[in-house]
Formats: sequence, C-alpha cells, structure tokens
Amino acid sequence: MCLSLPGKILSIDDSSELRMAVVDFGGVQREICVEWLPEAGIGDYVLAHVGTALTVLDEKSALESIEALTELSKVLEEEEKNNPLNI
Amino acid sequence: MKYIDEYRDKDIVLMLAKEIKKASTKPIRLMEVCGGHTMSIQKYGIPYLLPETVELISGPGCPVCVTSRSYIDRAVAYSRLEDVIITTYGDLIRVPGSTSSLDKEKAKGADIRIVYSILDALMIAKENRHKKIVFLGIGFETTAPSSAAGIIKAQMAGISNFYVYSAHKVMPPAMETLIDEGVLIDGYIGPGHVSTITGEGIYMNIPEKFGLGVVISGFEPVDLMQSILMLVRQFENADPKVEIEYTRAVKPEGNIKAQEMLDEVFEYRDDWWRGLGVLKNSGLKIREKYAMYDAEEQIEVEVEELKEPKGCICGDILRGVNKPKDCKLFGNVCTPSNPVGSCMVSSEGSCAAYYLYNR
Ligand code: SF4
Repeated sequence: MCLSLPGKILSIDDSSELRMAVVDFGGVQREICVEWLPEAGIGDYVLAHVGTALTVLDEKSALESIEALTELSKVLEEEEKNNPLNI
Repeated sequence: MKYIDEYRDKDIVLMLAKEIKKASTKPIRLMEVCGGHTMSIQKYGIPYLLPETVELISGPGCPVCVTSRSYIDRAVAYSRLEDVIITTYGDLIRVPGSTSSLDKEKAKGADIRIVYSILDALMIAKENRHKKIVFLGIGFETTAPSSAAGIIKAQMAGISNFYVYSAHKVMPPAMETLIDEGVLIDGYIGPGHVSTITGEGIYMNIPEKFGLGVVISGFEPVDLMQSILMLVRQFENADPKVEIEYTRAVKPEGNIKAQEMLDEVFEYRDDWWRGLGVLKNSGLKIREKYAMYDAEEQIEVEVEELKEPKGCICGDILRGVNKPKDCKLFGNVCTPSNPVGSCMVSSEGSCAAYYLYNR
C-alpha cells in the first residue's frame, strides 16, 4: 500500500487546480500530482505513490551514502586480506 | 533504475551482514512496522543474512490487514446502491467482508472501478454527474494526504457528487500501544514512505517515553541491512534514538505542504485496528467543514452484521506475537488465491509475504 517508485520529471504543468507533472518511471510515463513539491523541477527524481509525488529524492545524500558504504566495504576487504585469521 | 540498483549491491549487503554480526552481542528483536518492509525482507531473504542474535518480526503497518471487516461490509453495501459507483485502489478489491467482497459484488454487476489515483476517481465523478462516486480512502500518512488533495480539488472544481469513505489511519498510536502492551520489541525499523510526509518528529515519544530506538528505513536490501546495523548499535550502546537511514527520501521535517493539506481536511478520531482494538486518535475523519464529501455523513446504508473468520490469527501476527507459520490454516486452507484473512490478501500482508517467499 505504501509502495512508491522513483521517477524522473519530464515536464510540469502549473495551469490547473493542482500542480501536475509528467514523470518517467523506467520507460513508463504517468501524470503525477506534484502539488506538495513547489521546489520540484524538470529532471528531478521524485518518489510517487497513488498518483502523488511524496518527496524529491536528494541526489547528494544518495551518492554520499552509497560512496561511504562502498568505501567501507573496500577497507574491510583490505583488512581481511591483511589479517585473514581475524586476530 | 536510478536510486534502486545501487541499493541492491550484493557486496555491500554482505559487508553489512558482517558488520551486524560483529556489532551484535545480545539478543535483539526488531519490528518492521511497514508491510512494504515485510515484503522486501522476505523477498531478499534478509533473515538468513542475520546472526542468531537478531530476530525480525512484522508489525501492524499493512492498512488492508488492520482494517475492520465492517469497513468492507459498508463498502459492499454502498456498491449495492443503484446510484453509486465505487472507486478504489486495487488492494481492497479481494479483501473478504463478513459474507461478500467487492470482487464478488463486481461479478454480480455492481459498478466498482479500480483507480490508480484519487484524481482518476474525480474524473469519473465529472463524467457521471447523475451518480454518486464513492472513493475508498484507505492507507496511512503516505496515502491520506492524497485523499485530502482529492477533496480539495473536488471543492475547487465544483464537483458535488464525489464522496470519500475514510479508513485512513496514523502510525504512531499503534507503535506506542504495542510497547505499552508488553510485546517484546527492542527497536523499530520505521516506515520509510509514511515518514516522507510526517518527518521524524512523530516517533520522538518512542525513545523518550519507552526507551526504544527507531530507524526510518528505505526498502532496498542495502537500506534494510544498514537500518538493522544502526538499531543493533543503538541497542548495544544503550542509546535509543530516532535516526534516518533513508536520507535520500526523508527530510527530518517531512513534507510540510502535505501535512498542512492533511490537517486542513482531516481530524483525528478513535479507530479500531485488527489485533490492537480501539486506539485513541489513531484514525482520520473528514472535518465538518468538508462533510459534504464524507460518504459516512452523506450516504445512508444498511450494513450486514459483522462476522470474523474462525481460526485466523492475523490479529496476533499484526501484533508481533505470532508468525504466519503458527496459523493452522496457513498455506493449506488459506492461500493468496483463496484468502481467509486480510493478512493473506494484501500483497504486503505478512501471511502473503511468507507464502510467496518463505514457505
Ligand atoms: S494464514 Fe490466513 S487464516 Fe492464518 S492468520 Fe494468515 S490470513 Fe489468517
């Protein structure tokens, strides 16, 4: 029920009662309400749920967290190589 | 797909599994509140990646599962009225009521239409001015603001044959009640999409009053493993707090505009939850100001007497005291194609998730 997918905003229409956008979800395009996201612009990724965008995804935070994890993963691998018996 | 693939990276997941194993010395029980998390956890086999000390239990965060049969009964009764068209999300269509379901009524000729969003329901209302369009509003804080937006749009567009039948609920009362009732939980994997709307503030009582941690989590395997690691560390250090793992989607303050819209249209009321009973201020009722769009206020109907299915322990599963495999009906009498209880109907119900991925 609370499932939600990331999609990229292709265009925005401010002319009707609610702010609407055309959003691309991996090749499938849908009209989504972006009324709650005045900051959302073309090219932004949003999470959409039952036809409404909940939030703009924060690219910087996403990159940072994945980079930090990849980095940590490498460091641990190194450690294991140098210390195979975990002593 | 961007924002998904990188959170399924196997090496990172395995690294996190090692870290959890290193960090966890004492037994810990974590509840994933949200049905979407239950589904991901079963789908990716997360329990098999965890050390013996870490146990995951599923919670009450499946709207279809916690909703009373009498809600379905009333929707069924509406659907039998000549001048009503029911519009609903697909999730509800197969949920059994006391003696019928929307699916069965549709087969008998009732006008029941599955919509993707409430705005589609409004279009149907515009095109069928001589009919009453009832929209079944179900879901937590993630979904409820959309219903609010629909009502506001109906008002702005002058659509007067549109009604919302609200079963909307809010999460925190259920999370607090579970701890209060003594269900053994050492921390919560907090609902990710609910929190995009509410922000982290709604959970503050849980560490402050009850001494349990909450980590708001995304839905991919990396998210879930990372959240579990954060909760294990909190627990080991006796430092319970609210943290956000799902930082790419959840801002600490949430989505203020959506909160305002929700508050404009809805007010709290006491509501019944399967497994938990009536919880104070846990449901959302349409405010008097918008009563002309409230199906309960505007459309009178006679509803059949409530009957609950025998042998179904869905309520205990939602409370985290039993698992689907403890139910005698699981997998034999009760299956997704022939569900006895609501936990088997909803794709994010625990029974359905276990049936699909962990039989
Ligand atoms: S398996 Fe079916 S009958 Fe048993 S608890 Fe789950 S929904 Fe109820």
